[in-house]
Amino acid sequence: MASVTYKNVIKRFGELEIIKNLNIHVEDKEFLVLVGPSGCGKTTALRLLAGLEEITDGEILIGDRVVNDVAPKDRDIAMVFQSYALYPHLSVYDNMAFGLKLRKTPKEEIKRRVNEAAEILGITDLLQRKPRQLSGGQRQRVAVGRAIVREPKVFLFDEPLSNLDAKLRVQMRAEISKLHQRLQTTFIYVTHDQTEAMTMASRIAVINKGILQQLDTPQNLYDRPNNLFVAGFIGSPAMNFFSAKLAKSGDKVYVDAEDFKVQIPDALAGPYKSMDGRKVVFGIRPENIHDPEFAPPNIHGERVETKVDVTELMGNETFLYLVAGKNTFIARVDPRSRRRVGDAAQVIFDMDKFHIFDANTEEAIR
Amino acid sequence: MRTKLRLGKYWLYIPLVLMAVFYLLPMYVMLVTGFKSFEEIDLKTMWALPRGIAFINYIEAWTKLSPSLLNSFMMVIPAALISSALGSLNGFVLAKWKFRGADVIFPFILFGMFIPYQSILIPLVQFMNAMGITGLPGLALAHIIYGIPITTLTFRNYYASLPQELLEAAKMDGADMLGIYRYILLPISLPSFVVVLIWQFTSAWNDFLFAVVLTGNEEWPITVALNNMAGSQIIAWNVQMAGSLLAALPTLLVYIFLGRYFLRGLLAGSLKG
Repeated sequence: MASVTYKNVIKRFGELEIIKNLNIHVEDKEFLVLVGPSGCGKTTALRLLAGLEEITDGEILIGDRVVNDVAPKDRDIAMVFQSYALYPHLSVYDNMAFGLKLRKTPKEEIKRRVNEAAEILGITDLLQRKPRQLSGGQRQRVAVGRAIVREPKVFLFDEPLSNLDAKLRVQMRAEISKLHQRLQTTFIYVTHDQTEAMTMASRIAVINKGILQQLDTPQNLYDRPNNLFVAGFIGSPAMNFFSAKLAKSGDKVYVDAEDFKVQIPDALAGPYKSMDGRKVVFGIRPENIHDPEFAPPNIHGERVETKVDVTELMGNETFLYLVAGKNTFIARVDPRSRRRVGDAAQVIFDMDKFHIFDANTEEAIR
Repeated sequence: MRTKLRLGKYWLYIPLVLMAVFYLLPMYVMLVTGFKSFEEIDLKTMWALPRGIAFINYIEAWTKLSPSLLNSFMMVIPAALISSALGSLNGFVLAKWKFRGADVIFPFILFGMFIPYQSILIPLVQFMNAMGITGLPGLALAHIIYGIPITTLTFRNYYASLPQELLEAAKMDGADMLGIYRYILLPISLPSFVVVLIWQFTSAWNDFLFAVVLTGNEEWPITVALNNMAGSQIIAWNVQMAGSLLAALPTLLVYIFLGRYFLRGLLAGSLKG
């Protein structure tokens, strides 16, 4: 059981700076997800912790121990790889026992731990098989089992579900969450899939271009993104953005996006009162745009004239692709909505749930 | 459509069969001549079948050649095994444990493949004499060293195709460099070992040039002995051909018994998909 700390960590490959001054503190027993687009440095951050890459500057601590110069095998961590990386010539049992054998663990102890892990993962029947005789999901379990038997202080996962089909991914997602609760150990998990991040993490670190964008709980990340990148990255379909200007008229503050103009509710307008004429990006999530017919009561709704470009019926909801002047955006509306392609349609923006970002710095203004 | 395809197939097979027959003609002559009596040997009857099946020629060839067959085995087996082992280690380091300058050294090793035997004969003999390694051990050593480039290339390419994650997993499990080689790479290298063993066995077995300059009378391997069996005046072609078959048999057998491992993919299933 241990915490993990990245202290001013920098990683360069030649001239290229992959990780720029990373600072993260992961609490003991926490499930931290590193998420970001491919090439953002999240996997590198994990590999630095694993000891598979050397750190250029800064410190990484596991518990109170600086591990910069500690060999991977002595860091008391275990890793599940994206490709599983099972040893092809060894049986499932031997794959899981390999690390323990190298550590000269007594045979009885190895047997006990492997059987226990196999039971947790439901692969007891597969112990004598070779990896090539397993399905993708089963291989995934073996890879996890290989990590469990080591009883490490920290588990590292590098995009472990990205090779599974959609259905299996959802199932394994839940199982890894359950595993975390059961093992009560620190988990650090890398993914590019924001759904995985949202569903499993106790906290999420969003990384882009080697820089930590925001480190927060999934709910806070969703409700209060620090900047434009986080706002656009978390949530699916993504948040709608509009180039706009803040406009003050009397006591009221408006968002003027040229093609439409919406009022900010008085209770929330405080920070914007002094920003008349400021160029901003106005953001609103698809589920906060409603078909007037089914809009919830008691919201500060603002009507916007649009045209329906495409409709996607998902069963439990409908996505409307809307056009307002030069802006296109998505609304996630009640499936009973009768909007059809080509209709001119009024929609309602729920102005209790908007986001404003500075057009230059892309930081949230609130 | 289907008949057209089948017709096309015939047109493909006819030249293939013709070429195969042409290719096998020398083999035919070797086989039939080996069963003929000395009186039957004549250019005019070269293509004719033997009058009877007699193994007398084989017995004679065997008595003359068996010591040199043994010599060949004693030279070829260690040569093939040692150069394969060295190639495997080289390949591992060059593919997966890259050191500074590895990318320069690798082409230099490969360069060895393109040095013709003839061009180094004199320095080779002088070197062996100076080192005091003569006869069969010297010949084995020459084949070991000459084999290193091709064995290194084969293993390096195989190891380079293995995912780095496999080694990283082993590293995290606690294996060091030698442990990774011993416990992970070596066991899955069997297909590559078969390829290089067949190759090394065949090329060392069939070599004549190194053998003739490095070994003396008692230590001749089969190729040299076979050549010297032919007298200077009269050549007993029937015995000579029987001897040729004896000389060719081991490499054929090696291929027949190991060849099935050629295509076997042991790696299947370690990774995704």
